[in-house]
Amino acid sequence: MTTTTQAAGEVSYLEAISQALDEEMARDERVFLMGEDIGAYGGAFKITEGFLEKYGEWRVLDTPLCESGFVGAAIGAAMMGLRPVVEMQFADFISCAFDQITEVAAKNHYRWGAAVPMVIRAPFGGGVHGGPFHSECPEGWFFHSPGLKLVAPSTPYDAKGLLKAAIRDPNPVIYFEHKFLYRRIKSSLPEEDYVVPLGKADIKRTGNDISVITYGAMVHLALEAAQTLAHEGIDLEVVDLRTLIPLDKETIYSSVSKTSKAIVLHEDNKTGGVGAEISALLAEDCFDCLDGPIVRIAPPDTPVPFSTPLEEFFLPKTSDIVAAARRLGAY
Amino acid sequence: MDCAVIAREIKRDDLLQMYYYLRLTRALEDRITALYRQGRIVGGVYTSHGMEAIAVGYASALERDDIIAPFHRDMGAFLIRGFTPGEVLAQYLGKKTGPTKGKDGNVHMGDLKRGVFGFVSHLADNLPVAAGAALAFKIRGESRVVFAGTGDGGSSRGDFHEAMNFAAVRKLPVVFFCNNNQYAYSTPLRLQMAVANVVDRAQAYGMPGEIVDGNDLAAVYVAAKQAIARARAGEGPTFLEFKTMRMHGHSEHDPAKYVPRELLEEWKMKDPILKAEKLLQSLGYGGERYFQEVVDRVKREVEAGVEFAQQSPLPEGPDVLLGVFADSADSH
Repeated sequence: MTTTTQAAGEVSYLEAISQALDEEMARDERVFLMGEDIGAYGGAFKITEGFLEKYGEWRVLDTPLCESGFVGAAIGAAMMGLRPVVEMQFADFISCAFDQITEVAAKNHYRWGAAVPMVIRAPFGGGVHGGPFHSECPEGWFFHSPGLKLVAPSTPYDAKGLLKAAIRDPNPVIYFEHKFLYRRIKSSLPEEDYVVPLGKADIKRTGNDISVITYGAMVHLALEAAQTLAHEGIDLEVVDLRTLIPLDKETIYSSVSKTSKAIVLHEDNKTGGVGAEISALLAEDCFDCLDGPIVRIAPPDTPVPFSTPLEEFFLPKTSDIVAAARRLGAY
Repeated sequence: MDCAVIAREIKRDDLLQMYYYLRLTRALEDRITALYRQGRIVGGVYTSHGMEAIAVGYASALERDDIIAPFHRDMGAFLIRGFTPGEVLAQYLGKKTGPTKGKDGNVHMGDLKRGVFGFVSHLADNLPVAAGAALAFKIRGESRVVFAGTGDGGSSRGDFHEAMNFAAVRKLPVVFFCNNNQYAYSTPLRLQMAVANVVDRAQAYGMPGEIVDGNDLAAVYVAAKQAIARARAGEGPTFLEFKTMRMHGHSEHDPAKYVPRELLEEWKMKDPILKAEKLLQSLGYGGERYFQEVVDRVKREVEAGVEFAQQSPLPEGPDVLLGVFADSADSH
């Protein structure tokens, strides 16, 4: 995976998240943080380092080890007018809070009109030898649960702007931040306050031959593959979804209408994943404009393994995209 | 303590008002049961028959700005917070005028403006949520309290324990209660927990707790008042175990044959309404004639509610699409 060379004024993906939290806490006193080890320790990945000293123990709450309990508490605080941002430490642990997220946060507004303006930050994804309990991409579980918004940024700019938008949104938002990108991806950010609106995909590279529809760390693999393929005369368009719910169908459809071929790429397991839904949507709504089969690239249906060769086999690779694009280009 | 002695701590008007709500709850739920038996209600019917004193007692002890996260046999709390019999009946009939506009049924209703959290079937799920509301009050320095409950069965869930522990660690202004009616659906207490009392579970979290006669209106009210005062004073959460008995099945389709009849006979003698009437008489606050007047009044109110609910429109099918997401959270 390519990483941008650090230049003066550039911030990492991790720093962008930290900046978003800091700026939103300074801007709105209703915003507060909850999670395990986020206070004195500064968070497992140091996103909230220094926040406890700056904002105090009632805006940066170290919680007991109880994901369901503190997500539930965030729901209650949100309904009372605060703007909680919960850190899940590792996205894998979100399974412990699944019930509160899907049954309470997602349904309260629909059932009885109570808005639940909260954010759950879920550091997700592999490539860091985390093994089956520290590398998961659990977005598929929530993609299927109406009432939640899902965000998955790929760049520092998007990471900051989408987190700010998520905090300002009146709904429960799960913010999937990719651990592999934390310190590997850097760019310069605007000085002024900005948000990246939820529900708007971004064309990270324009191209005419094949659309690669993806999000999170996979965006960078797609961009790398595009560079390789450019030498062969295959011009990839890389569509970064940025937000999984609401899903920006318009941008997906307009890209595929232009290229007439689609690769759907993600890091979550293949079966029943976000890619399956996008493939089905394309088959339903864009059949007439397709000049080849929709190709899905995703890990096999196994837990994320630990050992290097196993994890390398598991995760999609640039070469997978290149090979798929060659086949599809020749179709 | 003798209940007449406790009751002297309660104002006469408050006691009479609570008696009215006991009667209104009983009349409304008996009417709902009758409608169910006539096949006019789709979905489940869960009543608090025999347990009315709990919700009426604690909801009367709270201030208007406080929050209630009721258990599903707490109809009295909804009524005290201003849900009308008509709205409740509309909810049961799936009408557009019910608090959830037909999106949800029976006691699954709530309203932030009236300070009542919508009940969640996953028992104990609202306890962490209640702790979070109390956390908001603590962060903002408000002197508001949350009163949140579940049943004996719900006290076995992880969320019950996570909520109690979190609230205790942060000394949050919340009162947890348990309606211990001895059966979780058909599961008796002895198969639910190996400890004798639900309140024993609070000890593990360093939380003071108390066993209260849930069929004694005055005892519930006084215990709730004390726990609420403690929470408001910043001394943290309290746990109240209201001992009672579920006199109907889990829902009205359940004949509850698993409950020994003699146990029901025994608890029938402890009916909270009879107890309340004895108390009012002993205090000289009311007699048979007064009780009859209240019975007649609530009957009229319930019948007006039935009329309202029956004449209310059903929601339109496409309304199903509305409200998945909020456009703003400004109503807070």
